[in-house]
Amino acid sequence: MKIRIKFRKYGVIKFIGHLDMMRYFQKAMRRADIDIVYSEGFSPHQIMSFAAPLGVGIVSDGEYFDIEVHSSLSSQDAVKALNQTMVEGVEVLSYRRLPDDAKTAMSIVSAADYQVYYKNPQDNPFSPEQWQEAIKTFYEDAAEILVTKKTKKSEKQMDLKQLVYCFQMDSNPKRPCFFLRLSTGSIENVKPELLLETFYQSIPTDYEPGKLQIHRREVYTRRSDGSFLALEDMGEDILA
Amino acid sequence: MNQLALSDEILMTVDNPARYIGNELNMVKKDPAAVDIRFAMCFPDVYEIGMSHLGIQILYDMFNKREDVYCERVYSPWPDLHKIMKEQQIPLFALETQESVRDFDFLGITIQYEMCYTNILQILDLSQIPLLAADRTKEHPIVIGGGPCTYNPEPIADFFDLFYIGEGEISYDALFALYKEYQKEAYSREEFLHRAARIPGIYAPMMYQVSYHTDGTIAAFTPKYEDIPAKVEKQILMQMDKAPYPEKPIVPFIKVTQDRVVLEVQRGCIRGCRFCQAGMIYRPTREKDVEQLKQTAYALLKNTGHEEISLSSLSTSDYSRLEELMRFLIETFQKQHVNISLPSLRIDAFSLDIMHQVQDIKKSSLTFAPEAGTQRMRNVINKGLTEESILEGAGMAFDGGWNKVKLYFMLGLPTETEADMRGIAELANKIAVRYYEIPKEKRNGKCQITISTSFFVPKPFTPFQWARMYDRDSYLGRAKIVNEAVKAQLNRKSIRYNWHEADVTVLEGILARGDRRIGQALQRVYELGGIFDAWTEFFDNERWIRAFAECGIDPDFYTQRERPLDEIFPWDFIDAGVSREFLAREWQRAKDGVVSPNCRMQCQGCGAARFQGGVCFENQN
Repeated sequence: MKIRIKFRKYGVIKFIGHLDMMRYFQKAMRRADIDIVYSEGFSPHQIMSFAAPLGVGIVSDGEYFDIEVHSSLSSQDAVKALNQTMVEGVEVLSYRRLPDDAKTAMSIVSAADYQVYYKNPQDNPFSPEQWQEAIKTFYEDAAEILVTKKTKKSEKQMDLKQLVYCFQMDSNPKRPCFFLRLSTGSIENVKPELLLETFYQSIPTDYEPGKLQIHRREVYTRRSDGSFLALEDMGEDILA
Repeated sequence: MNQLALSDEILMTVDNPARYIGNELNMVKKDPAAVDIRFAMCFPDVYEIGMSHLGIQILYDMFNKREDVYCERVYSPWPDLHKIMKEQQIPLFALETQESVRDFDFLGITIQYEMCYTNILQILDLSQIPLLAADRTKEHPIVIGGGPCTYNPEPIADFFDLFYIGEGEISYDALFALYKEYQKEAYSREEFLHRAARIPGIYAPMMYQVSYHTDGTIAAFTPKYEDIPAKVEKQILMQMDKAPYPEKPIVPFIKVTQDRVVLEVQRGCIRGCRFCQAGMIYRPTREKDVEQLKQTAYALLKNTGHEEISLSSLSTSDYSRLEELMRFLIETFQKQHVNISLPSLRIDAFSLDIMHQVQDIKKSSLTFAPEAGTQRMRNVINKGLTEESILEGAGMAFDGGWNKVKLYFMLGLPTETEADMRGIAELANKIAVRYYEIPKEKRNGKCQITISTSFFVPKPFTPFQWARMYDRDSYLGRAKIVNEAVKAQLNRKSIRYNWHEADVTVLEGILARGDRRIGQALQRVYELGGIFDAWTEFFDNERWIRAFAECGIDPDFYTQRERPLDEIFPWDFIDAGVSREFLAREWQRAKDGVVSPNCRMQCQGCGAARFQGGVCFENQN
């Protein structure tokens, strides 16, 4: 059966890259005695696929990967078994059964939410009102926001206006921060760093990525009616 | 979770920030305020190398089992971070608490190879601890070295307060007890070192003085006080069944060199190869109990989630219960998708059968280490492997479907002639001939034979400790002879040849058998920017040549001389368990080309029997 696992990544674990997190969970499956399915062939590997890679330095409350298992504990017991063997900085949040015909998380991801804040509030150069004004000029009032995205092989022009679903100030009174909902996935992927850099250039002010903490909050798929559905809501808890 | 020693900005700029954050699975967490002794355990190379070392894992586990000690880990910051730490004056920190090493009670450094010596100075410098032991005060940690290179610690003696000679399981309790006394009472650092020097296996370089003859050789090496032993005895663990062994090793996030659990099956080696230091200093061979190993294997895999297990020893084929252990590992763990990584076993029917079960024949290769190209040369080095057994093993493997062979040799061995060099190519060709004897329709394409040669470096406490070395050009000339001989072989298209750098060999030779006077040159190399000399991309021979010249050191004194039998060596103050008479006897037999049988066939009277156990007492009650 297909299982979707959601986890949180915080603290120093933000410095562990995507591939190493995969390796980490492969070992965790073995420690927690999850009855995971292995591929055929001479060097079998676990059937496991991650939803959306997270950049180094970013913390998250909404990381996902899918696995296949032969048999399963209840969701509650599986979460408990996994969390007994986690390091500080990784916490499994849910373990849910997917319909047998479910597509992999990777293929259906379409958006992710982020909060961005200054690690040290004293580094924040503007008041919330000034930020609000800058966002209005850069995003709300703009007809298009063209950026050139450079990859190893090619350069591609993207219109961020179409791919940023939400960009606003978050209403957290203690720590002013941005709230972003960005197109994510294999087709149109907007990294939060790209949006922020473009935004800071528009003000213009220095973009100092080291001073900002990016925090991914959730990852979504998009339903046919255009609404967003958190990936974990596509599965159901396995009851004891 | 601890506050990190490095800022996010720094961690986002350097390669592999995971090297510096700790917090791995099974990392030991303690309240530093609740212990008496804080021990920083260092492997002076990059994290991925250091984390792969078994000895440190054993000591980490053993120390942390004590309630009064908190042992943490330290590795060499990679040159990118090194630069930042120097510029910003960031003190080196331990991974667990992220706190500065200079505030610890001990800095323990394991010394596994000579080319890491400059990294030891880097560790001290970044820790902001004075490089020279003589400049340290009661405020500084006690810097203690261990590991195989301490069988000649003299080139690095100036930088260490203490060395621990031998296996770590024995004398640390006594040292820690003394340290606690030192903390409570009002005696000086020098007094502590003086008292520590009385603990078995502990060598305090400052408590000994050396004088030299006019020709540069040692005239005398004597303790400064009467209550300090003239000979420091190596410490050795004889009760292997009671040995502490880490069942919950740390699991790194990033891929390290040894990305698997390691099961130590025995210590020591019965073979007595005359070039091999490990085969001498770890005598006598001591096996571990097979039932205990099975349980340990199970616990290791359960506690780490690793998908691979490998066996560790100097010569796994000589472990008497190997067959039982391998069958158990395969039966128990293969269905759990655990890879059994094979050590280099002697190629025979048994090992080929095992390899068939755990490896993909198409991908795997056979490894032989004949070490020398002719039988004469193999007799000199006492490597028992014969040409017949190599060809027989290779033949069996070829018939079983293998077609890749790796061959390891040494060049520059004592008494080596051109015939011995060419013999390397000829042996490779004979193996290829054996392959092509298989009918074309039955064999698996071409065979691929890879020859690798390294240049021999004589080591202390081996029968070759008296031997001379050669210069760089002579070494490269030897490799050239092999290369030309390979090209002259009938099956040259099936044979590839790789050889090592020669500059590093000469340096290793100087450091391996050097004396205290080398220390100043080492310090100079570090001042000139030398770190990570074990890494080809950072090694710069010019720095070393310049440093030796500036310090008035003649490298040839250390490398080009065959030593007379009665010369006092810098390492003679160590009692390594094997007697000098035995080593001298073996040196003579080497020159005569006479083989010595292994420990199980016939005792050679090396002296290790006085430890009252191991192979010396097998089959005796």
